[in-house]
Amino acid sequence: MKIDTVDVVREGVDADTVAAVRTVGERYKYGFESDIETEYAPKGLNEDIVRLISSKNEEPEWLLDWRLAAYRRWVNLTEPTWAMVHYPAIDFQDQYYYAQPKSMAVRPKSLDEVDPELLRTYEKLGIPLKEQALLAGVEAPEGERRVAVDAVFDSVSLGTTFKEELAKAGVIFCPISEAVRDHPELVKKYLGTVVPASDNYYATLNSAVFSDGSFVYIPEGVRCPMELSTYFRINAQNTGQFERTLIIAEKGSYVSYLEGCTAPMRDENQLHAAVVELIIHEDAEIKYSTVQNWYPGDENGKGGIYNFVTKRADCRGDRAKVMWTQVETGSAITWKYPSCILRGDGSQGEFYSIAIANNMQQADTGTKMIHLGKNTRSRIVSKGISAGKAQNTYRGLVSMHPKAKNSRNYTQCDSLLIGDQCGAHTVPYIECRNNSSRIEHEATTSKVDDDQLFYCRSRGMDEEEAVALVVNGFCKEVLQSLPMEFAMEAQKLVAISLEGSVG
Amino acid sequence: MLNIKNLHVKLEEEDKVILKGVDLNIGAGEVHAIMGPNGSGKSTLSYVLAGRDGYEVTDGSASLDGVDLLDMDPEDRAAAGLFLAFQYPVEIPGVGNMTFLRTAANAQRKARGEEELSAAAFLKLVRAKAASLQIDAEMLKRPVNVGFSGGEKKRNEILQMAVLEPKMCILDETDSGLDVDAMKLVAEGVNALRSAGRSFLIITHYQRLLDHIKPDFVHIMADGKIIKTDGPDLALEVENNGYADLLAEVA
Repeated sequence: MKIDTVDVVREGVDADTVAAVRTVGERYKYGFESDIETEYAPKGLNEDIVRLISSKNEEPEWLLDWRLAAYRRWVNLTEPTWAMVHYPAIDFQDQYYYAQPKSMAVRPKSLDEVDPELLRTYEKLGIPLKEQALLAGVEAPEGERRVAVDAVFDSVSLGTTFKEELAKAGVIFCPISEAVRDHPELVKKYLGTVVPASDNYYATLNSAVFSDGSFVYIPEGVRCPMELSTYFRINAQNTGQFERTLIIAEKGSYVSYLEGCTAPMRDENQLHAAVVELIIHEDAEIKYSTVQNWYPGDENGKGGIYNFVTKRADCRGDRAKVMWTQVETGSAITWKYPSCILRGDGSQGEFYSIAIANNMQQADTGTKMIHLGKNTRSRIVSKGISAGKAQNTYRGLVSMHPKAKNSRNYTQCDSLLIGDQCGAHTVPYIECRNNSSRIEHEATTSKVDDDQLFYCRSRGMDEEEAVALVVNGFCKEVLQSLPMEFAMEAQKLVAISLEGSVG
Repeated sequence: MLNIKNLHVKLEEEDKVILKGVDLNIGAGEVHAIMGPNGSGKSTLSYVLAGRDGYEVTDGSASLDGVDLLDMDPEDRAAAGLFLAFQYPVEIPGVGNMTFLRTAANAQRKARGEEELSAAAFLKLVRAKAASLQIDAEMLKRPVNVGFSGGEKKRNEILQMAVLEPKMCILDETDSGLDVDAMKLVAEGVNALRSAGRSFLIITHYQRLLDHIKPDFVHIMADGKIIKTDGPDLALEVENNGYADLLAEVA
């Protein structure tokens, strides 16, 4: 109980708590830098850089041509400005488009050959790379649970665990640079078929300069024996990271894929423009989960990652299923709309998202569900949390095409506001072009009540525990849809991202 | 157990003084009741003791077993053994009742340096206490107070009290909005918790609750002060005659 007077900013909010929000920027615990000697391509972007990237990856002619076509297109495009995000103009020439740890100049054949400092970085981040290691913090009651990990440091994949075992099941899980060399026919068949190089400004840029990413192929009828995961770490300064992920699930197959991302704290902004393409054939299923924790910038909005991502799933076969689950807590600017093209009859798309924006973060994120086939279903559950001076926008499209008879969508879009200087916006687009579809949209906006927090505190919880409890309740539905490993990390992350942000 | 001396409290935002010198001493194992006209400051007293924001103490003190309460954060007061059963319990969507109870109980144990309870042990503990309050498993799974009827909310407050085992329990109009049967259930719940080491401060408007929870002392509060203290018969007197005479005595 305070004896001296407390300024009341607004009913239910006091200046103390608003001030406490500002300390959140100091808590990003992944902000360390790794002291790795890095080799950079010359700054700026031109055809020579594109050729350099291609040659570093030892790519065949057809891929170089593909890149160059994309680059030539990009040069004539202008950045889109329709999103509800504001940032100083990016000087695309003032960036490095390729950075590689020097020790990786000659690619190691196994993890044992990788620079131990690199491996230490991943260890520090809690990502175990050794073959028998479990993903940090996980112990399943059934016994040992293994997750195959592909580690990408700056633009380069360090290596992938459990490759032999996966190979026995016929599963291909390797860096995309390797897939281009070892499985060119697959890459050629599918690359750019879900997100063509002409799709949007950032996809075009990515198509020109993508360096690495993950490639996954699950053969017909195979249920991938373990979860696959890629961990992205940006370390080099002033470097854009453009990774490209391609996942193909053949008929009747299943895979659960996890993506984690962190970056050091820096004063300059860094660009991250990735493209993820998923192809799902008949009766197959892909579950794609992301826990994004890029450096969000400090409390004044200095530094932080610009995250412009194009993710799309093409449910090509009948009864194909895809589930996108994301927990977005970092990056200064987020622009991403993981989408589903529900082409096959009876195909299903689901999107579960928690997007947290604190301090000066801005997020414009959502999804697109394009119903083309009959009896297709989609479900969207989006939880946006805004705190500090952040702006959080949900932008969604649900589109039922004329032939998508009996298609259904359910959308629930909830916003939680903490404090009185943040914003939550919703921009839903609904297009229905046949008369047998059913679309439901529910939206709520609420704030974390002082009364709720006092109730929790009067029962013994401290302020941070109380906020975490209330916010977790808000996000419950989405957290429950995450794979167990991620669910625990995500819950902690949600609490950390909101430390001090009581309102 | 609880010692309140000359407590003066005003609202933080305005120059309105609510408590104008409250003196109250509650010994261990005692049950005290406070009655009084609306606006007399009864709820304010309970909020100030629990540590709610919005109030400024301008004079006086309040201590629990010799420890200054007013200097502590709400969660520390809870760990020290204070509990307030709210008049209007808040809803917390998405947070299961059981989860809430377990988080609270373990938070308090941690603060006191005690061992936290495992989920299984806790479940057993809660189920036993819930049964006597006619709170079934289904209600334990529901989000805290969401969609609960008035009676359910009040029974839930008593359940929390039973699980957290505080030593100083303040019940703020726990009987308001309850039908006769619900009130009896709540009273039974409270009586079951009576012990030599536990004290109660019951704020109420009506005698009928005090028929079931027999107080040791009854206080009448008016215009920010306690104007009269006596045995249980005082409540009956007020029930029959109203406050007019008592207020006249003081004026």
